Amino acid sequence: MSAGANQPEFSPNTFTMDGIEIPFKDGQTLMDAALAAGVYIPHLCHHPGLTPHGSCKLCMVDIGSGRASSCTTPAVAGQQVSNNTPALNEARRTLTQMLFIEGNHLCPSCEKTGNCTLQAMAYHLGMLEGHFPQFFQRREVDASHSTVMLDRDRCILCELCVRASREVDGKNVFAVAGRGITARLIVNSPSGKLADSDLEIDDLAAHICPVGAILIKAHAYEIPIGWRTFDLRQIDEIGPEKVIQARVGHTDD
Amino acid sequence: MNSVGRTERTEPLNVTVAGACAQSRHLLEVLCILQQQLLHLSDQTVCAVSEHLGLPVGQVESVVEFYSFLYKTPRGKYHILFSNCPSCGFRQDGRNLLHVLCDRLHVVAGETRADGLVSVDETSCIGMCDQGAALLVNGIPITRLDSVKIMRVAERVETEVALSDWPAEWFRVEDNIRRSGLLLKNGFAAGAGIRAALARGFDATLAEITRSGLRGRGGAGFSAGIKWALCREAQGTAHYVLCNADEGEPGTFKDRVLLHSHADAVFEGMTLCAAVIGAKQGFLYLRGEYRYLLPQLQTMLTHRREVGLLGNHILGQRGFDFDIEIVVGAGAYICGEESALIESLEGKRGVPRNRPPFPVTHGYLGQPTVVNNVETFAAAAHISLRSSAWFRAAGTEKSMGSKILSVSGDCSAPGIYEYPFGVTMRQVLDDCGARDVQAVQIGGPSGTLIGSAEFHRTLGFEDLPTGGSFMVFGHERDLLAMIVNFAHFFAHESCGFCTPCRVGTTLLKNGLDRIANGHGTQYDVDEMKRLGILVKQRSHCGLGQTAANSVLDCLHRFPHVFEQRLAQDSHEPCFDLDAALEEARRITHRDDAAAHLD
Amino acid sequence: MTKIRIATTSLAGCFGCHTSFLDMDERLVELLEHVEFDRSPLNDIKHCGPCDIGLVEGGLCNADNVHVLREVRANCRVLVAVGACAINGGIPAMRNHFGLGACLEESYLNGIGVEDPQIPDDAELPLLLDKVHPIHEVVRVDYYLPGCPPSPEGFLSVLGDLLEGREPVLPKKLLHYD
Repeated sequence: MSAGANQPEFSPNTFTMDGIEIPFKDGQTLMDAALAAGVYIPHLCHHPGLTPHGSCKLCMVDIGSGRASSCTTPAVAGQQVSNNTPALNEARRTLTQMLFIEGNHLCPSCEKTGNCTLQAMAYHLGMLEGHFPQFFQRREVDASHSTVMLDRDRCILCELCVRASREVDGKNVFAVAGRGITARLIVNSPSGKLADSDLEIDDLAAHICPVGAILIKAHAYEIPIGWRTFDLRQIDEIGPEKVIQARVGHTDD
Repeated sequence: MNSVGRTERTEPLNVTVAGACAQSRHLLEVLCILQQQLLHLSDQTVCAVSEHLGLPVGQVESVVEFYSFLYKTPRGKYHILFSNCPSCGFRQDGRNLLHVLCDRLHVVAGETRADGLVSVDETSCIGMCDQGAALLVNGIPITRLDSVKIMRVAERVETEVALSDWPAEWFRVEDNIRRSGLLLKNGFAAGAGIRAALARGFDATLAEITRSGLRGRGGAGFSAGIKWALCREAQGTAHYVLCNADEGEPGTFKDRVLLHSHADAVFEGMTLCAAVIGAKQGFLYLRGEYRYLLPQLQTMLTHRREVGLLGNHILGQRGFDFDIEIVVGAGAYICGEESALIESLEGKRGVPRNRPPFPVTHGYLGQPTVVNNVETFAAAAHISLRSSAWFRAAGTEKSMGSKILSVSGDCSAPGIYEYPFGVTMRQVLDDCGARDVQAVQIGGPSGTLIGSAEFHRTLGFEDLPTGGSFMVFGHERDLLAMIVNFAHFFAHESCGFCTPCRVGTTLLKNGLDRIANGHGTQYDVDEMKRLGILVKQRSHCGLGQTAANSVLDCLHRFPHVFEQRLAQDSHEPCFDLDAALEEARRITHRDDAAAHLD
Repeated sequence: MTKIRIATTSLAGCFGCHTSFLDMDERLVELLEHVEFDRSPLNDIKHCGPCDIGLVEGGLCNADNVHVLREVRANCRVLVAVGACAINGGIPAMRNHFGLGACLEESYLNGIGVEDPQIPDDAELPLLLDKVHPIHEVVRVDYYLPGCPPSPEGFLSVLGDLLEGREPVLPKKLLHYD
């Protein structure tokens, strides 16, 4: 199974995912290797180039009898990984439902509709409804910034903005405070308002939000509903990363 | 009556904050000091702390909001927290002592009275499960509560008697050691373990610890010797020893007793570990609920420094330098998870890290770190003194030595029981005077719920591993109420990092409330099972992975406690429809028939 | 041949789902060969008799919504939650961000252009729930047809499956929430 012993230099080791052989380099996670091989593993909190987080748990896979988040688990030669199975996708659908009912995801009123990764994930998993009783939590909206707005109702606590700000923008605009179901995204400024932070419109953190929690002002509805990214294609065809890259012109390194 | 702390203060905020920052280099401790002085941590205080410590204001804010004992709005000058654990909680003999006190003081639970004098709330288990109902007043435990004592507490609050003038007897916390074994029976002279290690050599001491078969006493049971060896081999600019004294599992109080009466062995075990792995600095992370033990522990550390058991050149050995600092938590069960504990120690929210890497290679400040339980360190000190053979003589093949149990609940002699591993539940129940037992919760809410048909089972890594909690539920207990209590506990203590635990523990809590209140149907029971499995299988850390254990165990072993509560209707509303109209009735002053819903 | 009997209603919604239903245009004619309508805003029948299928648009914002929903549920073998509002509260649920009192004060007391400010309290008016809720929080729902509104093809797909006696499965290309 493992070819590693013969070619230690290039390390063309492989593991199998749903029966498909996937090569990996030393240090790659299951997610890195799968994405590089063009195999989609559902994910919300992962973005290549940012420190893996492992919080959304959408990318969970089964390895033999064990379980792991593929974005944080190093690939090991010869692993037998299950990804696209009915049981895993049902669990992923339930997790997606949890994210929907925890926040206030009212797609018809959200500018992100059609470009939203959470929504696209729900489509991908065939989710028809939130299933659980809605929490209807009241969360603060911050419209103080001149070009960026923050609607916490839609935040899924993936911390992509937290990491993008720290690791790519070289700032530290966002953090998560509190715990449990009351955990919330906060802004690292004395007033707690975006206007008093050093967030700028060109920051990756302003664009990386997979949902409609962080939105760019004055550019709403430039593409009509029905013609947006995930209106035209499924998330497993493109993944959320390319959508974000297209939006900001960023590439990973 | 202007005697409330914050109105008395005249010095400017930044002076107060500077004073707190001068007392500790740890963010959490600085915040606890300020909480005590200012009764809350306002936005201004958060900003001032961030300036003084040179930390992002977002980090300080995120920490303030994470820990239960830190508050954004003012608490009372007397801040009273009742334990809500099944064993030391406020429901005693059919009375709700929290309500009794709130009624007497005219205060709403969770709120501060308008005059700022007093606030009353509940908190997770405070580790007084063998002392009757218990509360913390300004962080200090009062035990053996009954409604008479509650009335006296209320009198002293109303007349603003200083805590130092309250009857000392109220604050007495007994050890209640009912059965002593390897660790509790044998005396331990300070320094004896280190002297033995110096005589033997540190390599040989590590070999002795490994040979003893000592496994972590927190419940997970990783070999202490292997952990120490891995850490020793790991490269780093410094190595650290952390003692996990964040004993938060409801029903557990053995570390309280060890730290109160056997702390020398604990500190000595840490020192031995430092010698083995090459650490200069150790930390004892003491749960906030045990802050009352801090002065005594500090005195002990001072004494150990004076007699050359800590500091530079320990017992005259050149280069054997090690000291211990105590850092106190602030009400977060999750910090008992070792990587969350490390995050907390680093001045952050207690969110468990992704692993690998493990703390033995990347722990405190990213450096190789050993994290062990209080009991593990104590055992290591004894092993150094008395040999691995002495330790191995007790216990079973895979569970060497003894286990200290915290026995509480429906028995005549709650307290500390030390047994060789392999003891049967039946034996423990007989010894603690438990009659007519319905079930035992082994290892706390995160452990296993066992019914009387299985009391022949044994404690140990082969069968029932446990961190030490042993809660006895007699036949009078409403088992479903216990499961509901545990579900509330986990929802309250979830750190919120991962989806299944953050949302799932709240869904479990809500669903179980619904069933317990008679509104649940078979559908809800099936949902609890489905959710429970998801939360167990897919959560990020041990908290989530065990949060559903009690409900799943109860569904498996005691299905009738759910079935007998189910509503007759096939579908009950998820919320109280009539209550949902109350606000509209109030606003429109209507109370006609159409203004109500069944 | 006995026709399948359908009831439809719009609770806290905008009738957009009903409008979209009618947007099936000439396909309605063919559908009517297989179905007939009981209570529905389309025929103005006010109360529901025994039906095969109930299509419910809108969430629950007041006591009357609850009564209507219960009537439809009690009379329909199969109940379908239609559209965003029925499924998660939708646009009306945006008021859940605020207290009911604040909403009423803004609408009837303090809002721009309010004359003779007073909060309506006539007993004829259904009382508002403190929050807008999706319908599955009050009755059992058998199937869901999301969309704001669902497309005519979405209606045809679900009804087609039900008429054929199949478990409805919405094709992915018809699945959208907006």
